[in-house]
Amino acid sequence: MAMQKRSGGRGRSSGGRGGDKAQGQRRGLFRRRKVCKFCADRIDDINYKDVKLLQPFVPERGKILPRRISGTCAKHQRKLRTAITRARVIALLPFVGE
Amino acid sequence: MNTRKYELVYIVSPEATDEQVTALHDQVQAIVARFNGEIEKTENWGRRKLAYEIARHKEGTYVLEVINGGGELMKEIDRRLKVIDEVIRHMAVRVDEEQRVVDRARTVRQTWQERRRVARGLPPQIQEGEKRRDGDDREDDRFDEAGA
Repeated sequence: MAMQKRSGGRGRSSGGRGGDKAQGQRRGLFRRRKVCKFCADRIDDINYKDVKLLQPFVPERGKILPRRISGTCAKHQRKLRTAITRARVIALLPFVGE
Repeated sequence: MNTRKYELVYIVSPEATDEQVTALHDQVQAIVARFNGEIEKTENWGRRKLAYEIARHKEGTYVLEVINGGGELMKEIDRRLKVIDEVIRHMAVRVDEEQRVVDRARTVRQTWQERRRVARGLPPQIQEGEKRRDGDDREDDRFDEAGA
């Protein structure tokens, strides 16, 4: 919902997509765009209890997904980091996976 | 004493019975009462799988308590929970400050949105059936393949 609205405007001008898949430059694909999920969905509260929210940012290995790949903005990445670290302490997320 | 808001999460060993879990809750409550705090909310998340093994347990019963009180109180709770064997992990976080920031961000966004809408000649509140809703469609799965 939020994403269609966004397609005309800002946010996609970023040229350097890092080492991500080549589809990044393709116009037509609207999945995987470099927009901060939390800004786009207006999620203010990145909570450590919300595993469903955090899970996509913790890949198999258990590391935190870097900003250059997820597209999260600096402010939200910081909050995300605290949330993930807290979730790890109470075993909602792994410190190290597989 | 200034009150702060804390969230206490503790994981009870899966072997513990329901009575033991309630007993633990009562114990926490007793400490909170002794320090003139109050328990705002208690949530039992039930038995969940742990992301990693703790003391050779693969699952545990999660309990969340939202506590209003001072730092001394939390110190005492921390000390007590460390001693109790059934509690395999616990964590207390202070939440009032973050909450304030979040609330502020939310109201600021709200007022700006209303102002913009009024400038565009729309009613300040979002109407039914409009495209974008403010907030929390957290089910959004756009980033799934990046995460997996």
